[in-house]
Amino acid sequence: MADYRTHEYDVLVIGAGGAGLRAAIEASAQGVSVGIVCKSLLGKAHTVMAEGGIAAAMANVDERDGWRVHFSDTMRGGQYLNNSHMAQIHAKEAPERVRELEGWGALFDRTQEGRILQRNFGGHRYPRLAHVGDRTGLEMIRTLQDHGIHQGVQVHMECTVVRLLKEGDRVIGAFGYEREKGRFLLFKAKAVVLATGGIGRAYKITSNSWEYTGDGHTLAYDAGAELIDMEFVQFHPTGMVWPPSVRGILVTEGVRGEGGILYNSENKRFMFDDIPDLYKDQTADNEDEGWRYTQGDRDARRPPELLTRDHVARCIVREIKEGRGSEHGGVYLDIAWIKERLPNAEEHIKKKLPSMYHQFKELAGIEITKEPMEVGPTTHYVMGGIRVDAETQMSNVPGLFAAGECGAGLHGANRLGGNSLSDLLVFGKRAGEHAARFAKDAKASAVNEAEVENIAIECLAPLENSEEPNGEGPFQIQYELQDLMQDLVGIVRTKKEIEEALERIQELKKRSKTVSVPGNREYNGGWHTALDLHNLLTVSEAIARAALAREESRGAHFREDFPAKSDDEAKTNVVLNKESDGDMALVRQPVVELTSEMSEIIKEMK
Amino acid sequence: MPTVTFRVWRGDSEGGDYQDYPTEVSEGMVVLDAIHDIQAQQANDLAVRWNCKAGKCGSCSAEINGQPKLMCMTRISDLPIDEPITVEPMRAFPSLRDLVTDVSWNYEVKKKIKKFKPRDPDFEDGTWNIQQEDVDRVQEFRKCIECYLCQDVCHVLREHQKHDEFIGPRFLVYAASLEMHPLDVEDRLEDLKKANGIGYCNITKCCTKVCPEHITITDNAIIPLKERVVDRYYDPIKKLLRVITGG
Ligand SMILES: Cc1cc2nc3c(=O)[nH]c(=O)nc-3n(C[C@H](O)[C@H](O)[C@H](O)COP(=O)(O)OP(=O)(O)OC[C@H]3O[C@@H](n4cnc5c(N)ncnc54)[C@H](O)[C@@H]3O)c2cc1C
Ligand code: SF4
Ligand code: SF4
Ligand code: FES
Repeated sequence: MADYRTHEYDVLVIGAGGAGLRAAIEASAQGVSVGIVCKSLLGKAHTVMAEGGIAAAMANVDERDGWRVHFSDTMRGGQYLNNSHMAQIHAKEAPERVRELEGWGALFDRTQEGRILQRNFGGHRYPRLAHVGDRTGLEMIRTLQDHGIHQGVQVHMECTVVRLLKEGDRVIGAFGYEREKGRFLLFKAKAVVLATGGIGRAYKITSNSWEYTGDGHTLAYDAGAELIDMEFVQFHPTGMVWPPSVRGILVTEGVRGEGGILYNSENKRFMFDDIPDLYKDQTADNEDEGWRYTQGDRDARRPPELLTRDHVARCIVREIKEGRGSEHGGVYLDIAWIKERLPNAEEHIKKKLPSMYHQFKELAGIEITKEPMEVGPTTHYVMGGIRVDAETQMSNVPGLFAAGECGAGLHGANRLGGNSLSDLLVFGKRAGEHAARFAKDAKASAVNEAEVENIAIECLAPLENSEEPNGEGPFQIQYELQDLMQDLVGIVRTKKEIEEALERIQELKKRSKTVSVPGNREYNGGWHTALDLHNLLTVSEAIARAALAREESRGAHFREDFPAKSDDEAKTNVVLNKESDGDMALVRQPVVELTSEMSEIIKEMK
Repeated sequence: MPTVTFRVWRGDSEGGDYQDYPTEVSEGMVVLDAIHDIQAQQANDLAVRWNCKAGKCGSCSAEINGQPKLMCMTRISDLPIDEPITVEPMRAFPSLRDLVTDVSWNYEVKKKIKKFKPRDPDFEDGTWNIQQEDVDRVQEFRKCIECYLCQDVCHVLREHQKHDEFIGPRFLVYAASLEMHPLDVEDRLEDLKKANGIGYCNITKCCTKVCPEHITITDNAIIPLKERVVDRYYDPIKKLLRVITGG
């Protein structure tokens, strides 16, 4: 018999980033017992790395802003594949969620009037991002963490969930292990909230940490939930490119928001060359106007560097491909130039972008107040994820909720910067609230011991295999997968390449069954990597299948063999689910319909 | 590419030893990269914590050539590479395995510090009027990434093991961020004096020297807090007043 410890909660939250913490706080406020599990230590989740800010139409800086503008910006950014109801709820509720954070102790930068200051970001019509320097995520996660620990939420740090448990249709718990000793844990719960973040580790170049192996996506999928929009992976245009060991680390969009410009090896500001029609009216057509916009001139239009991420990333790829890249295969991003315009530019840069200054100085030996940076695209965020109900965040599996990056619908084909942190707050809260309600009404359930036993045996296989001479190490498979996703299902895709990727993923799946790791169960990084492979391979397959199905280019998904948008494809979302024989099934479902009010708003804001 | 020897501590709570791993290094590499290479190629089961690889999460704390540092922010080119580079866990915390230590004590300490308590809102919409300079004043303390390197070097914890009586520099910074928060109205001075043991700090400034966020822990957080405690408890006039008024 497998040996495991059992914990029982009304609501189990898996993931302690912004979404998970917000959900746990809310569930606990509803008076139910709450446990929260995370793979790292508390406070180290991805949310801590967020730099730029939280998008919320508070209209503190520009009174023309409001939820309707935010809603239409989000829909335009998502190229109208978004779940419009989520986009509406998000735009309406984000300001309240941000103010609430302030009430819990978060401190944001201020306007002259003493209100929360808001900054410009790509795709947002007005200055909208509440921020504190460029470490907004730290402020947010610390505030939630410090608030949460006084709420009676039980925290299980450095524990990984490997499977959800069901009774009939309904989710009744989760099974996992703690890293320290490798002991198994069984969580019984009346409702489960997934808040596990993204999938960036499926790619070689990424801004994401080891945690981002698509666990929540896979846990849900294996439990029968639907995944939607998986073809949409956001490649952030500006990751570091040099030195090699820091390749992929994020350079916040805030640099461009503060006036940073992109140019190529010919000293040309190439972003002016290609402005999409959808954004022509909103984009500056000369350098001076662009600069004035970043400095808050309300009559100026945004510089083309602040177009949506998918577009900027592709322009950068084009420059590099056509031989106009920088020394180390990126392009130049320059904020130092603003000294031509501002008297105390050095101080200003250090104040507005302190962690960027620090990051380049320490990791690349570059003074961004004096020299340009070299940047290139990096895998950053997944728009696709678990399909949920807009109001409750429940998936199609009763008792299973999802919020944050692992959930989907809000962002459609492309996420706007800053819309993630607000997403975590708005839908984290909703998920917690509705999970608590669900738990209150839920009947008792019984765990299937035999099933648990099997999961435990599967988990231990990589360690048992260590005697086997043919067993490969898990890192080899992980690296091969990352290379192939980067090369074949990256920023620019074709049918041929995606098909090749799918074939190779199947082969890696087979090989992953016999990986072996030395050592024992205690804090064994190799073993953890081996267990993550199933998740990485599942989300990679999902991305590839969805990418193959969408025969058009839209948002973050660019098909070289179908470079234009298609009116037909515009009408559907790609949905994936697991069939009873274990295969991945793909269906198309019509996009959530707009209400007449929404259509009006979109038309009005064109 | 030169080959450098990394002398990594391997072991657990029972004990352990250093092991040498010759590793190829390339331009710009940081110590964490080398540790990852070792993990992928020579020691799959090597235990190490990390997340952001950019000095933002405070996970990868270790002692490198005896210096408490973040592995992800320590460039190999800044170390002498003709001799072995030692990498070992933070020594002030119980060892779990290899480079990973048991830092759970820190989480327990934090819970005991009285939580943030705001004054009543200034505006009708339930928000506050806060000026940028008020934000700037505590900004420094809020940059803390909870790497616990300062806790690792503080002799009160490391040598004297006063974990039950002293909260350590990290949590003095935390208390300062609350005490100097423009909205906070809670009173933590008595706790600072008694339960938190602020008196144990004898201002050696070792904590300030190792803070990767360059927080001036001693001068800006601890000393002002000490002054507040002194003002309240040791100022004879105030003390007398308290006796009279019962405050
Ligand atoms: C460098 C960087 C900068 C960013 N900047 C911004 C920004 O300025 N604005 C913005 O809006 N967005 C930004 N983003 C995106 C945003 O930070 C993330 O999308 C968001 O933080 C995700 O939050 P989350 O709560 O969904 O997940 P996370 O914060 O990543 O938390 C996931 C949690 O799930 C846990 N977990 C995962 N798998 C398991 C498992 N199997 N078992 C148990 N626990 C598990 C993890 O341990 C972790 O606690 C940025 C992202 C990065 C990487
Ligand atoms: S200054 Fe005080 S807190 Fe800092 S290391 Fe010295 S004794 Fe410890
Ligand atoms: S104060 Fe500095 S050294 Fe101490 S935990 Fe915070 S960041 Fe680390
Ligand atoms: S990995 Fe985050 S600080 Fe080093």
